[in-house]
Amino acid sequence: MTPLQVCVEGIGLWSPQLADFAALRALLDGAMPAPPPARPTAATLPPNERRRAPESVLLAVEVAGQAVAMSGRDAATLACVFASSHGDQAITDYMCATLAQAPTELSPIRFHNSVHNAPAGYWTIATGCHAPSTAVAAQRASFGAGLLEAVSQVLAAQHPVLLVCSDSGGSGPLAEVTGCGQSFGCALVLAPQAGPASLARLSLSTLRGHGAAAALPAPLDAWRNANASASALVLLQLLARGHGRCELPAAAALALQLDVQATA
Amino acid sequence: MPQQMTPLAITAYTATSAIGHGLAAQLDGLRQARSGLRPNDFSSAPLACWIGRVAGLEDAPLPAAHAAWECRNNRLAWLGLQQDGFLERVRAARERYGADRVALLLGTSTASIGATEAAYRRLDADGGFAEADLRMPALHAPHSLAAFVADALALCGPCLTVSTACSSGAKVFANAERMIRLGLVDAAVVGGVDTLCDSVLFGFNALELVSRAPCRPFDAARDGISIGEAAGFALLERIESAPAAPRLLGYGEASDAHHMSTPHPQGLGAELALRDALTRAGLDPAQVDYINLHGTASLKNDEVEAALLARIFPARTRASSTKGYSGHTLGAAGIIEAAIALQAIEHDFIPGNLGGDTPDPGCGPQFAWANEQQRVEVALSNSFGFGGNNACLAFARAGFAA
Repeated sequence: MTPLQVCVEGIGLWSPQLADFAALRALLDGAMPAPPPARPTAATLPPNERRRAPESVLLAVEVAGQAVAMSGRDAATLACVFASSHGDQAITDYMCATLAQAPTELSPIRFHNSVHNAPAGYWTIATGCHAPSTAVAAQRASFGAGLLEAVSQVLAAQHPVLLVCSDSGGSGPLAEVTGCGQSFGCALVLAPQAGPASLARLSLSTLRGHGAAAALPAPLDAWRNANASASALVLLQLLARGHGRCELPAAAALALQLDVQATA
Repeated sequence: MPQQMTPLAITAYTATSAIGHGLAAQLDGLRQARSGLRPNDFSSAPLACWIGRVAGLEDAPLPAAHAAWECRNNRLAWLGLQQDGFLERVRAARERYGADRVALLLGTSTASIGATEAAYRRLDADGGFAEADLRMPALHAPHSLAAFVADALALCGPCLTVSTACSSGAKVFANAERMIRLGLVDAAVVGGVDTLCDSVLFGFNALELVSRAPCRPFDAARDGISIGEAAGFALLERIESAPAAPRLLGYGEASDAHHMSTPHPQGLGAELALRDALTRAGLDPAQVDYINLHGTASLKNDEVEAALLARIFPARTRASSTKGYSGHTLGAAGIIEAAIALQAIEHDFIPGNLGGDTPDPGCGPQFAWANEQQRVEVALSNSFGFGGNNACLAFARAGFAA
């Protein structure tokens, strides 16, 4: 296939160790960036929503806000793709525990926050965005599959798209099976053509198979193991460097080959 | 403004819900005005409400080869795939195009959360998952449905779960159109499956959105939804490969930007999705013969949707909600109601809006309160979800030119 080409205009990142993409850059340059506060700030949300929103939403909104700010785009005009392998594990844990013991006491707020598209809902409400929004999942391949969906939207509509991929850390018995112990979120604003805000050009093609497990330096490799969304670090590392090629899983038997180049 | 799109052929489709297993049973249930709803007998502590429960799932274990994926949701997916020769049609597409050239795009709201609920009811002495529940981590994740179906259909192309609550099973048609148009794949299996589980029964109950009686969409006295379960699938290919097949003419997707669990009071997102679907399809509202409405029987949804219908469509357009038959099947609603819209085209049959015995005064002349027989060239299907997530699909018979 002819590679699909988009331009990256904004990058957002949050984990307990990294406050943003600049912190990843600093880390890769050998510095020790200061860790962010314990909860993502999610400044895009109005204060009352910030108090009500579950952590999975704060995380997604935080990285989305960072990426959109970097792009200089108006969030209200951006179609958005929110990917997550597990959704809000803390709410799933709460719901399953409550249903096992006192099902009629289930919290209505936590139930409506449990939908996989809760981050998309809070984000579109906070930014006044009427553009298409979606929420997707693909197990350990959620970042690659979400990226493929976002790129296909960019090229099909010839319009910029916000991609967010995030998983908040698990708790309770569920965390034992998900193996997702710490939070990680990232976001990209992708555009069909190069413009003043372009940071890099991204070419994407599909390959049969899982793709080679790309090497990551410590401590990034451990972070990737602790959160499915952190498979994005393979690409984020190349974006920090400004060029390079990597493979990422996009489905059980499908990989993406990604080439990062400087925009001319 | 989107551009008009090249239609896609729908070369196979199927639906299984409380109405029945497969298309013939679904059409028969609609023609006989026979609701599939029954008093709630699901879960250990059933709430006093009515549900759309698929018969026979308890006696339909997965085949041994797929036993690792065992759970109610995957059983329903497997039962759905057996109907209407769908498995054979997918096999033929796989052989024709290659397993990596057929996408699998499935909508679900809660996937196999029922298996996770069950695991929490039998935690071991240390408060962790029991040995048996630890063995299949992929069951305890939103992607479990699509991962199982990819395995069952031996597909290895793009595979994505769309989980935007009750619009999930409609939005997958949009994902498929983009992937086929860009040449990422040559065909796509789309669909949606959701099953009854405590999360949705007690969750919607907590939100006070569940009726104690069978749901009454667009009735003046409606008082909430009836939750159902369903599985539906469709196979999409380019029209050159199947010029005689019915068509996906267009789709629209939009966000309300209003509230997590209440629709926009003027139906702004719903209208944007509808107008985008008409634009992509190259249709004027007057060309629409039938609309399968979202019509959940919640107070607010039906009020907003009835007003939208009344302000955009002429009196000759027919419209109904079929949730009085199936219940609200959440992430499967989009595909089940797409199948009903396609059957409306195939059989020139407008299903009546079951349960609307005392029509809400906000309902216009477009409503088909009882079954009607008339030519249907073009049919739409509306699906709206929590988070203000709206989708609209446009279908037409083979050879239709807008």
